[in-house]
Amino acid sequence: MQRRDRIFKWICAGCALCIGLLVPGIFLQLGLHSADAWREFGVGFLWSSDWDPAQELYGAWPNVAGTLFTTGLALLLAVPPAFVAALFVVEVPGWLGRPLSYCVDLLAAIPSVIYGMWGLFVLVPLMLEHVQPFFAETLGLAELPGGRWLLGEDYNGFGFLTAGVILALMILPYMSAVMRDVFRMTPTVLRESAYGLGCTRWEVTRDVVVRYGVRGLLGGIFIGMGRALGETMAVLFVIGNLMEVPAGLFSGGTTIAATLACNFAESDGLQRSSLFALGLVLLVLCLGIQIAAQYYLHLTGAKRGEAR
Amino acid sequence: MMNSQQISVLTAAQRRPLLFRKLKNKVLSVFSLFSVVLAVGGMVWILCTVLTHGAQSISWEFLTSPSKPYGEPGSGIANALLGTLMMTGVATLLAVPPAMAGGIYLAEFGQGSRLAAVLRFCANVMMGVPSIIVGLFVYVLLVVSTGNFSGFAGAVALAVIMFPVVMRTTEDMLSMVPVTLRESALALGMSRARATLCIVARSARNGLVTGVLLALARVSGETAPLLFTAMFADAWPGGFFSRPTASIPVLINEYTMNSPFESMHAAGWGAALIICLLILLINILTRSIFHEKQH
Repeated sequence: MQRRDRIFKWICAGCALCIGLLVPGIFLQLGLHSADAWREFGVGFLWSSDWDPAQELYGAWPNVAGTLFTTGLALLLAVPPAFVAALFVVEVPGWLGRPLSYCVDLLAAIPSVIYGMWGLFVLVPLMLEHVQPFFAETLGLAELPGGRWLLGEDYNGFGFLTAGVILALMILPYMSAVMRDVFRMTPTVLRESAYGLGCTRWEVTRDVVVRYGVRGLLGGIFIGMGRALGETMAVLFVIGNLMEVPAGLFSGGTTIAATLACNFAESDGLQRSSLFALGLVLLVLCLGIQIAAQYYLHLTGAKRGEAR
Repeated sequence: MMNSQQISVLTAAQRRPLLFRKLKNKVLSVFSLFSVVLAVGGMVWILCTVLTHGAQSISWEFLTSPSKPYGEPGSGIANALLGTLMMTGVATLLAVPPAMAGGIYLAEFGQGSRLAAVLRFCANVMMGVPSIIVGLFVYVLLVVSTGNFSGFAGAVALAVIMFPVVMRTTEDMLSMVPVTLRESALALGMSRARATLCIVARSARNGLVTGVLLALARVSGETAPLLFTAMFADAWPGGFFSRPTASIPVLINEYTMNSPFESMHAAGWGAALIICLLILLINILTRSIFHEKQH
């Protein structure tokens, strides 16, 4: 009986070890296949903005900048609503809160290609006909000195703002769900004593709940950020797919994931190697974000009781 | 620390007039309600668009005939639907047994061990790896080495995505089982393996099924990892191991992103409706299973 137990344990451990091999394995694969590009362009690959298949010149900067720009926009648009939405879901009575939680979970389950499609057929015309003319002409932002710099030269519905809006809509439920859990972990005694002192709901949130769970909130934001960085399909449909450094909110561009999806199938030689290098850059970015998220969530994990 | 916090709250409250504080609270409450409406409204908007556009193209023929090359009218989605079912099915078969064994290791044998902590961390990190990177990985692993795109490569990519999700939920669900249950099983003279499989896993059964279904729902809508592995084909999935295989998400991408034809857009909306229904169905099923457990 002892021996059978040991065999069982080793089988389980072996299966668990697969995951330990997978992460370095992916790194190794991308590293090996991008070796040509790194050898050819060096570290300068990261900030060179060439992309010329005819002359075999490749650089990562338009992609990296586009990825960071869309992610930043998405976070800017999604973090405040996610925060207050989580507040609302925690504070409302159960009969309303539970269906709302369901809805938020369902929103997280819709495939990203549907978001992309909705973006292409609904959001892009909307941006083109109403939102972008409103900002550029009605508000006259395009005429202001810094306007061109902010909005870009022209607009056609596609571009960074459209991608940012879709990404924000996608990551909102994720972040909201994590923040909701963080809010729930504040001890009721602490909250009630603050109410007892005569604080309003907002003051309790700002001075007690947020201070208690600030690391968990950071973890939630990082999780949303990780998703926004690596999102492919939702961005691919609306970004415009131009190999250009971002010129403004309404200008078209590309992100690492979108470039991979567009160009990988037809590429070969040095271009393929450069695409692998782009993938490696994206992987490193995502791992960094994920490690930060895990670190902050781990710090609050003991308080939350982990298993909930 | 708690005292100083409360004092700071108190002094802050004294400095501001009551009316201002109440007003601020009201404004924040309205903003909070507005955000919830935004999140839920966004979902309703997307689903309504998919429903209104998609319902027009759904018909018996649409569901039973295969897709056709560009520009030919009357294309269906049957081959893609079959491809999606096959790929997610094979991915489940590949990923779930080892992932569950891994989860059992983390929950039953890995409490406090350093190796388990590292593996747990790896699983968490793996969940954050973008799906398109997984696509690249499997492309090199299977497509380059065998020389052709195949449905099997797509299934492996989906399995890689499923693996950490199922492993972590298995661990979470097993750790929720009370220790006393384990101890009483062992006290009856059961082996550790038997106690784990027959007692612990059994009492966590609903949770495990929920975890697998949620992972399944997640991968059945994945597009990016299939672009370079299973690709797309206008034919019935013939050679699962040797030929490109169509799937619903990639079909949506092909029909909407890469096609100028109005009829193909309509077919794309129909496919979107089908995949949404499939995923919502899995989610509702999951809810009902989990709900049952709580009573």
